[in-house]
Amino acid sequence: MILTDRLRSIGAGVRLWFTPARVREEGTTPDYRFSLANERTFLAWLRTGLALVGGGFAVDQFLPRLHDVLRVTFTVVLLVGGALCAVRAVNHWVRCERAMRRGEDLPASRFPAVLAVAVGLLAAAMVVLVVIGWTR
Amino acid sequence: MAGSLPRERPYPARDPGLQPERTRLAWRRTTLSCTLVAILAGRQVVQHHGPGPMVVVAVALVLLVWLAFLAAAHLRMRAMGTGRPPVLSARTALALAGCVCALAVLGAAILL
Repeated sequence: MILTDRLRSIGAGVRLWFTPARVREEGTTPDYRFSLANERTFLAWLRTGLALVGGGFAVDQFLPRLHDVLRVTFTVVLLVGGALCAVRAVNHWVRCERAMRRGEDLPASRFPAVLAVAVGLLAAAMVVLVVIGWTR
Repeated sequence: MAGSLPRERPYPARDPGLQPERTRLAWRRTTLSCTLVAILAGRQVVQHHGPGPMVVVAVALVLLVWLAFLAAAHLRMRAMGTGRPPVLSARTALALAGCVCALAVLGAAILL
């Protein structure tokens, strides 16, 4: 039940990306400075996604001594993480914009915490691999 | 009083917080990040494949994505030059996210 509700809200969110006019119909236009701040947050998240994608390329290109399977795994995880980050940036931006128009609270999100834990784990795994010397 | 008729002035009072300028710099940082990632992607292509038609196609795709990103950023920065910047369009936001995803997919395709 909770899952179907969640799926429905995700579907509504995705529909919102492609029908920006519907966002503009709701509520009142906020002060443009708040919209610009929201835009800068969106760009910061986009850069985070770009950094993850670039990190994926860097792992593949600059760690030639890492075991093949591990290198490919790390690279793919970072590339997928970067793409997810970019998609989530659009979603969060649309939701914040809508909340500002409606005068609601900004949406809470656990994505930053999940991303922080994931990046931390990845870094820790890399340290362990280097220490035990599981390289070619 | 001229101050009570903001419509007559092409540029309203300057925002003391310099929000448009800060946003423009944020766009600049983002295009720089994209350039770096595009360079790494190009390097990835050259490293994984010897010379051949595939390399030309892959590098052209990377260039195309990079140019699309720059064009979207440029249009947005130009739209922000007015006194009251319009809200970022969802199409631009989606296009930028699409560029990042395209670079990631391209990288994975080269790898596998």
